[in-house]
Amino acid sequence: MTQTTMDRAAKATPVRVARRIRGLSDRAIAWIFVAPTIFLLLAINIFPLIWTIRLSFTNYKANRAGREIKEIGLRNYERILTDSDIWLNMQATAHFLVWTIVLQVLIGFTLAWLINRKFKGNDLWTTIIVLPMMLSPAVVGNFWKFLYQPQIGLFNYIVAFFTGREPSSFEMLGSVELAPWAIVIVDTWMWTPFVMLICLAGLRSIPDYIYEAAEIDRASPIRQFFTITIPMVLPFLMLAVLFRGIENFKMFDLVVQLTGGGPGSTTELTSINLKREAFEKWRTGYASAYAIILFVTVFGLASIYVKALNRVKER
Amino acid sequence: MKLKSLLAASALSVAAFASTNAAQAEELTLCWAAWDPANALVELSKEFEAQSGHKMNFEFVPWPNFADRMLNELNSGGKLCDLLIGDSQWIGGGAENGHYVKLNDFFDKEGISMDDFAPATVYAYSTWPKGTPNYYALPAMGDANGWFYRKDWFAREDIRAAYKEATGKELGEPKSQKELMEIAKFFQGREIDGKTVYGASIFTERGSEGITMGVTSALYPWGFKYENTPGKYDMEGAVNSPEAVEALEFYKELYQCCTPPGYTNSYMGESLDAFKSGQVAMAMNWFAFFPGLYADPNTGGDKIDFFVNPPQNQAGSTLGGQGISVVSYSDKQDAALEYIKWFAQPSVQAKWWELGGYSAHNSVLNDPGFKDSQPFAGDFLEAMAGVQDFWQEPAYAELLLAMQKRVHDYVVADQGTAKEALDKLIEDWTEVFEDEGKL
Repeated sequence: MTQTTMDRAAKATPVRVARRIRGLSDRAIAWIFVAPTIFLLLAINIFPLIWTIRLSFTNYKANRAGREIKEIGLRNYERILTDSDIWLNMQATAHFLVWTIVLQVLIGFTLAWLINRKFKGNDLWTTIIVLPMMLSPAVVGNFWKFLYQPQIGLFNYIVAFFTGREPSSFEMLGSVELAPWAIVIVDTWMWTPFVMLICLAGLRSIPDYIYEAAEIDRASPIRQFFTITIPMVLPFLMLAVLFRGIENFKMFDLVVQLTGGGPGSTTELTSINLKREAFEKWRTGYASAYAIILFVTVFGLASIYVKALNRVKER
Repeated sequence: MKLKSLLAASALSVAAFASTNAAQAEELTLCWAAWDPANALVELSKEFEAQSGHKMNFEFVPWPNFADRMLNELNSGGKLCDLLIGDSQWIGGGAENGHYVKLNDFFDKEGISMDDFAPATVYAYSTWPKGTPNYYALPAMGDANGWFYRKDWFAREDIRAAYKEATGKELGEPKSQKELMEIAKFFQGREIDGKTVYGASIFTERGSEGITMGVTSALYPWGFKYENTPGKYDMEGAVNSPEAVEALEFYKELYQCCTPPGYTNSYMGESLDAFKSGQVAMAMNWFAFFPGLYADPNTGGDKIDFFVNPPQNQAGSTLGGQGISVVSYSDKQDAALEYIKWFAQPSVQAKWWELGGYSAHNSVLNDPGFKDSQPFAGDFLEAMAGVQDFWQEPAYAELLLAMQKRVHDYVVADQGTAKEALDKLIEDWTEVFEDEGKL
């Protein structure tokens, strides 16, 4: 007679342990299994969150151990929400977030749609396209810094070739007008393949018989695209937008490598600003309040978005 | 020569020093920035290892990450560093937060006198509160922001003639900030040996301290003051004085008129690169780099010369440099203090200068042969006589980052006016001092 995994596990359990377990309910055993995970979750996620909330109402500075910690109520929150510089950081983040998502969705979906067609070298092109997202953001940042260099950068030379301008006549990273777009371009270059892969998964999940039925009904390719392809890929696209939205809201490494938040504070995204407040200025209480505001913003937006996503899925 | 006799005396001191250090051999870690003088210190410290039996390890961090890395280490009570050559501005935090060991008793016991070191360096690198006889570091590395230029270009007849024709003046080392800009403008976009060159490389870095160090090199010669009354934190009218506004406008114009394209986020490394690659006629940087620049096979030697940050309304240079401190969290404080005792010896200080470090010891600086010992030695002495430093308060990081933001917004991002930038800076600094309970 063949033994099941359960049988083998039961036999392998020492008799003393087996006796003890026999006296426990299923619920108790389930708790024993999940308790370590819950403990870890509480220790590394929930406790720091509660501690951060507590610190946000104080003037605490982590680098000044001997300094008296004062409860200052909502003062940190008031200062943050009335600081015009922080609102400029928020605007820079919103610009980055919106444009990277728009471009990545448009280009990613288009690439996925093209790659989904059967053609020679399909796999090779897929591999080439996904290469950027396999690189480290620090490497990509440094790499593009050279590409954007006004005197020797390839990017400037390519633009100069098409526009007839001098390559050194414009600075992608040094200009207040161009720098926000420079970081959008790099993030789009790096992460469009990710959106493409998700869209590709969506496109490949559409059964062929739906298109065949549409053809029998004499639906035009454009009608098929808008009534079959788009609705069926939409949940995947929305998932991609959610992932990229959360990732780009906390964008740090790539932009720090590229611009360091400059010129001035033009590309100082909220995460960069938060890091400066927390770990360079060491205004821990203030930075905690800042982090809570950002957390609530992301959590709120993500919750609304997930509800919308579930509705689309249920359709 | 006195320098040579000091070196000879060091050999004699070996035996005496060794006999007093029969204590247990330790492994000491010295932390500093990763740059040319650090390599010289490694070489110098071999003598300490031989004499004391202690082994020296080194932790050198690149400048852009130095403050972050080391201040995190200190704030977390880390034991990585037994000795730290920390930036001058850290002295207030180091002392008040208990990161550095107070050295007064040790100095008294070992007969180390702060009168043996240049007063400006003792004031800047060692004392907290400022100017009081409370010492938390031994001056280790004197430094200031200076300038270097392409001496070979300045000497060329065709270039000299063109300059004379353009300005009516002889081309030479600038005697004022405005003259510096005039020369930079002359070189900007000029073709030399078939290559387009630029006027000057200056500091514009946003992330750490770069643009502040650059801007203050203009502010100090214009007579900039942080406070109207020292110690009162009364900044209105001082920080945003008409002279300060003019100096800031000057720096912005220098950035706009005379730097290479894409020079929006540059500090020490970029300045050196621009000069060594033959892109610029003049460059600002710390004296610490000058020995390496002079030794450079392509742009050093006869092709380079040095000058002190030019005056305008007065002489003024931005202070660099550091003192060496014993970290209070170290378990090997006795051995670390031995190192400081050894380092303070005149003979060791003489060798330190010889290897490329900038000694602050009077026996080295006042030596009659010092001025001629290196082509930049005289400029170094002149610079150190007129140095001014940034706030050294415990909250210095907040003060520095506020200035980084305000001046970068104005100079590089071209936002607002100089007056507005300085007014906002006063607001930021006032908020910091209010938080600190000093206002």
